[in-house]
Amino acid sequence: MTALRDAFLSAIVAFGLFGPLVGLVTANGEHGLALTARPIATAVIVGLVFFGRLAMLSWRGRTPRATNRALAERITRSGKYLTPVLLIAAFALPFTGSRYYIDLGTLVLTYIMLGWGLNIVVGLAGLLDLGYVAFYAVGAYSYAILATTFGLGFWTCLPLAGILAALWGVLLGFPVLRLRGDYLAIVTLAFGEIIRIVLINWVSLTNGPNGITGIPRPTLFGLAFSMDGGPGTFAGFFNIEPEVIQRIIFLYYVIFGLALLTNWVSLRLRRLPLGRAWEALREDEVACRSLGINVRNTKLTAFGIGALFGGFAGAFFATRQAFVSPESFTFIESATVLAIVVLGGLGSQLGVALAAIVMIGGLEVLRDLLSTLGDQLHSPFFGDIANELPLYRMLIFGLALVVMMVLRPRGLVSGRTPGVALTKVKEIAPELVAQGRG
Amino acid sequence: MAYALQQLINGVTLGMIYGLIAVGYTMVYGIIGMINFAHGDVFMVGSFLSLIALLGLSALGITSVPLALALTLLFAAGLAALYGWTVERVAYRPLRGSFRLAPLISAIGMSITLQNFVQVSQGARVKPIEAIIPGGIRLIDTGDFAVQLSWMQIAIIVITLTILGLFTWLVTKTPLGRTMRACEPDLKMASLLGIDTDRTISLTFVIGAALAAVAGFMFLLYYGVIDFYIGFIAGVKAFTAAVLGGIGSLPGAVIGGLLIGLIETFWSAYFSVEYKDVAAFSILIVVLIFMPTGLLGRAEVEKV
Repeated sequence: MTALRDAFLSAIVAFGLFGPLVGLVTANGEHGLALTARPIATAVIVGLVFFGRLAMLSWRGRTPRATNRALAERITRSGKYLTPVLLIAAFALPFTGSRYYIDLGTLVLTYIMLGWGLNIVVGLAGLLDLGYVAFYAVGAYSYAILATTFGLGFWTCLPLAGILAALWGVLLGFPVLRLRGDYLAIVTLAFGEIIRIVLINWVSLTNGPNGITGIPRPTLFGLAFSMDGGPGTFAGFFNIEPEVIQRIIFLYYVIFGLALLTNWVSLRLRRLPLGRAWEALREDEVACRSLGINVRNTKLTAFGIGALFGGFAGAFFATRQAFVSPESFTFIESATVLAIVVLGGLGSQLGVALAAIVMIGGLEVLRDLLSTLGDQLHSPFFGDIANELPLYRMLIFGLALVVMMVLRPRGLVSGRTPGVALTKVKEIAPELVAQGRG
Repeated sequence: MAYALQQLINGVTLGMIYGLIAVGYTMVYGIIGMINFAHGDVFMVGSFLSLIALLGLSALGITSVPLALALTLLFAAGLAALYGWTVERVAYRPLRGSFRLAPLISAIGMSITLQNFVQVSQGARVKPIEAIIPGGIRLIDTGDFAVQLSWMQIAIIVITLTILGLFTWLVTKTPLGRTMRACEPDLKMASLLGIDTDRTISLTFVIGAALAAVAGFMFLLYYGVIDFYIGFIAGVKAFTAAVLGGIGSLPGAVIGGLLIGLIETFWSAYFSVEYKDVAAFSILIVVLIFMPTGLLGRAEVEKV
């Protein structure tokens, strides 16, 4: 009975929340804005809240919370088998030959790489960085400007873009060293916005809102992927027909390699004293300081190395699109990458990859599926949902962040196992304990 | 001179709006020590609720301007308060006592959710409305430049001062205000002394959201155009105002808001409009680094 009352109250609250904003739409009529009523949508949402609350209350009453933990442990354990499977699948993806899937794979891998880069800052060092997109932008614009003004190639610019982004990371890291978690978050957010506004307004360097076009594509050991098939090109060298797909596949493997590099470096770093210092910093800054860890250098290296990979990913983004504009580097992008890291479980490499696959690839595939379904059934219903789905992406991201934090604040795949741990319990004789050596 | 006076008037009006939002940030920070990231978006929701109420009232045929304004204010503040309550209940309360990044990430999630919820439900296009109170007073007319104080600006200043007066009375004179002030320095101690801290925190969010909705209403009146994205920039600026005034200090938030409004207006008038957001963000960074306690704030002692 209390459950019913509770659900009823929730429904009233839901009506208050969604009644005006969902039920009354402000749309442009003949005389300016006018209201259009949407009673059905409101009723559906209020009904969902009512029954959802009812279901939640009865469910919570029965199941013990331990199942939640068991699931996470199972995912963590199955990671041992999942990792090679994912690697092989990622390696084999271009053999499908479908341009759509390779493009999607490239996009997902870009986000995985960004996620792994940000993971160093947020997941390992525990510094909440909301302006990560700034380094992505620095990397992209570094390559774009270097390539279009000085005619440098992708492979020369890639390290330069990374180093420039890392430099910015350290530079921006310096003033925020003393700030705590939430202040740090808002200052990094401000930095990200400042960089974007500067990119928009510094027209002489960045061409402003129009962006930079004609960014050269990468080459394979000097072999270009151009359509003429001449002697200096990839197709000409191997004596095959030039096709666009060759370049797409090549780009896919480039980002695959870059992402693996990011993963490898961060896995190795975690085993170094530096990586352990990061993890210690994440848990308790005051304790770190009192144990003699140089907090300043630890934070700056985290910012720098995180930014380095952001810069690499940015350079790749620029060369893939052949076009950069400030529009690609909004706060939403930072929030997306942060969402991936958080959903992946703040510190877990596999978790980040899974989260990126589900959140970037999953939604895309779902949209594709729905629109095919709509075409097959000749019903506009599924097609409409498919068209609307991209709009809901960020809504789902936002809700997922909240739900994730409320249910499993330590992440889906618990990556917070300590890097070092005592495995063997040593037996100590009582007299040693008495001497104070225990 | 006349030009500067005009900027002063505009800046004060804008500052009033920022000050009202900043109060919400500073109250929440004072009590539970977290940045309510979704506060800027509650402001945006308040603005949309006002828009819906105004359109609804005109559809119902209510033409009396004072009545329409009062009803809209009540409607928007009441429902935005419900939003504030829900946000706290859903996203923050379960995380009290969790590790330190958890509530912050949840708040960011809530902010993204609210923004995109409004985008999906109300559309991404900007929503323009006609001026509700047209006209104004000409203060000085030098021939080539006239200093204008519009009725709208007078209304905004009067409403803000009234609401702030009401709010001050609430905090200083009522039992609710007393419990809020008791929770601020030490939440645990307050709960040991028999204060229902959960209820107090909820009410803090409710009051903050209602004030943000008033600000949202005035933003709509002043600019005459809103979209789902206004909460982000206004939120960061209001947060800057709260930090500048000294986070946790209520008069500080209003003073900070006025300062930010003035700085932004004068910066746009004399330097460049394009970089006005950069000016606000830079102030935030400079204040946090060199003057973390702000103008009226107290130094925070880090307890281990």
